[in-house]
Amino acid sequence: MTTQAAASASAALYERRLKRLTDAIELREPDRLPTILFSHFWVARYCGMTCREAMYDYERLAVAVRKAAIDLEPDGIQPVHASIAFGPTMDILGYKQLEWPGHKGLAEDVGFQYLDAEYMTTTEYEEYLLDPTGFMLHKYLPRVAAALEPLSELPQYPGVLHTRIIQSMEVYARPEVRQALETLIRAGEEMQKMRAVQSRLFQELAEMGFPLAGHGTSHAPFDVAADYLRGSKGAMLDLFRNKEKLLSLMDRLGSLIPRTGIATVKAAGGNMVFIPLHWGLDGFMSPKQFATFFWPQFQKVLLNFIDAGIYPHVFWEGDCTSRLDVIKDVPPGKCVYFFERTNMFKAKEVLRGAVCIRGNVPASMLATGTPSEVREYCKKLFDVVGDGGGLILDAGVGVPDEAKPENVRAMFDCAKECVY
Amino acid sequence: MEDNGNKLLNLIAEMQEEEAVKLAREMLDSGYDPIKLLGHCREAMEIVGKRYEEGEYFLPELMLAGEMLKSIGEMAKPLIKQDASSAKSAGTIIIGTVQGDLHDIGKNIVTFMLEINGYKVVDLGIDVPVASFVSSIREHKPQVLGLSGFLTLAFDAMKKTVEAIQEAGLRDNLKIMIGGGQVDDTVKNYTGADAFGLNAMEAVSLCRRWVPA
Repeated sequence: MTTQAAASASAALYERRLKRLTDAIELREPDRLPTILFSHFWVARYCGMTCREAMYDYERLAVAVRKAAIDLEPDGIQPVHASIAFGPTMDILGYKQLEWPGHKGLAEDVGFQYLDAEYMTTTEYEEYLLDPTGFMLHKYLPRVAAALEPLSELPQYPGVLHTRIIQSMEVYARPEVRQALETLIRAGEEMQKMRAVQSRLFQELAEMGFPLAGHGTSHAPFDVAADYLRGSKGAMLDLFRNKEKLLSLMDRLGSLIPRTGIATVKAAGGNMVFIPLHWGLDGFMSPKQFATFFWPQFQKVLLNFIDAGIYPHVFWEGDCTSRLDVIKDVPPGKCVYFFERTNMFKAKEVLRGAVCIRGNVPASMLATGTPSEVREYCKKLFDVVGDGGGLILDAGVGVPDEAKPENVRAMFDCAKECVY
Repeated sequence: MEDNGNKLLNLIAEMQEEEAVKLAREMLDSGYDPIKLLGHCREAMEIVGKRYEEGEYFLPELMLAGEMLKSIGEMAKPLIKQDASSAKSAGTIIIGTVQGDLHDIGKNIVTFMLEINGYKVVDLGIDVPVASFVSSIREHKPQVLGLSGFLTLAFDAMKKTVEAIQEAGLRDNLKIMIGGGQVDDTVKNYTGADAFGLNAMEAVSLCRRWVPA
């Protein structure tokens, strides 16, 4: 084939794959069951890298993503670099919110983990509500990275005006602030290196006929409050102790989150946002708490994305079967609900005609089962959940780091046989 | 004063933290027997546990109940003259998040629920090396071991832990339960554990079956 013919074949493949995904999302029957390749460290391990190497070696990780794409032929690829390749930048920053492979106590070949803690105290609610950006700059960033501690000295600009702006420049020449700024520049340069490798990879994947299935990541307001601000314990106690403040915080986050999320997705030139949820599942909150503190604020975020022409891929962690009747209330054919342990058959029953379902080959099956078990599971999903369209095949939480390659291949191969 | 005891029990069970702690303080200040007061708290916790079991309460209620128990316990315990640590427990359970995994929310909730159900729980924390589980089993001779893990890497860490216990000759009289985000029957079989649970109540039910209180 000539180079030109090969390019136009890849372009046709790209369009066909994207259409397959879009058909599923918009609840039409695609030609066959679409798939998305989503993994944290599996792709790297598949190509013989350790988790640590995956976080530090941008080029080798790009080679691994390309190989996985060629071997598995997914219809969409969720970016890998953006979710793991930040080891060197974290080193420069002295990052404290994560533990990662080869850093402190963690082994070289385990994934990174988030450290749950109270990053905003109860007494700081008002400060955050008054000036979220000021809080993030002066309090939050210094808490999450050693190199950012001097940012606490930066002027509080809403009250610094006219000639005081000019005078405030003094701060930037203080030795510790100067050092922090220099560190920020180094961190920025490192992140640009990663981004450059990532951009090149995206370009190559597109030329090979693989669309991206994620152009940014966003959050639910309650998750931001619980995961990143108040900590899990703080947020749970605030449901009783600081109800009104928590609700005000959620309102504020409900405006801030889509603003950033929409800008990120648009800047990437895409139309899919990934939203992993951590606190929506059954058992964590009561139905009443979910209806008060979680869903209404999150629903607004979803509607904002949808209004901006962006498809949210919402990852509902855990089992959310009892939430289905509530969460079905979104405009039809605009959202993907990616389920981990939710009853998929019940989900289809409730969400048919409203939401595209994504998932959910169990992590345990991919890590310890056999290809024939995987095939059987996928076929059943296709037969029942894929009926009439509206299904994207994926693993329960994306391909788990420990998945056996033959099981992952079985999952992607099986989808190709699931023809409408 | 008996009425106050009932009132305290109800305030705790109904999640009225401020009033409950205030009343407990008043009761202790006016000479109420601290042991008896803690008895009311225990009864209240049983109600909370039951409501959790029945799907009326969820994690936030367990968390708040734990906080109330802690505050009231801190006020009452210094006033207790006799040694209360000799209280009989239904059995001993060792619990910990397996090596490589740093998650502890689930483990802490299970620990809390087991404790309010009368079990002595030895919590080894997170990222627990296999050898620490083995030496702790030798030291405490538990009836049950609970292995927790949220990540898929925990499958292998759990398997290794169970194998090491077997090799140390400590498996025979020990029941092992596993729990966490992604465990299921497949993982149970893979790791060689005796059972798995999806929430704290299932952990309590397993322990009740294995070590009746």
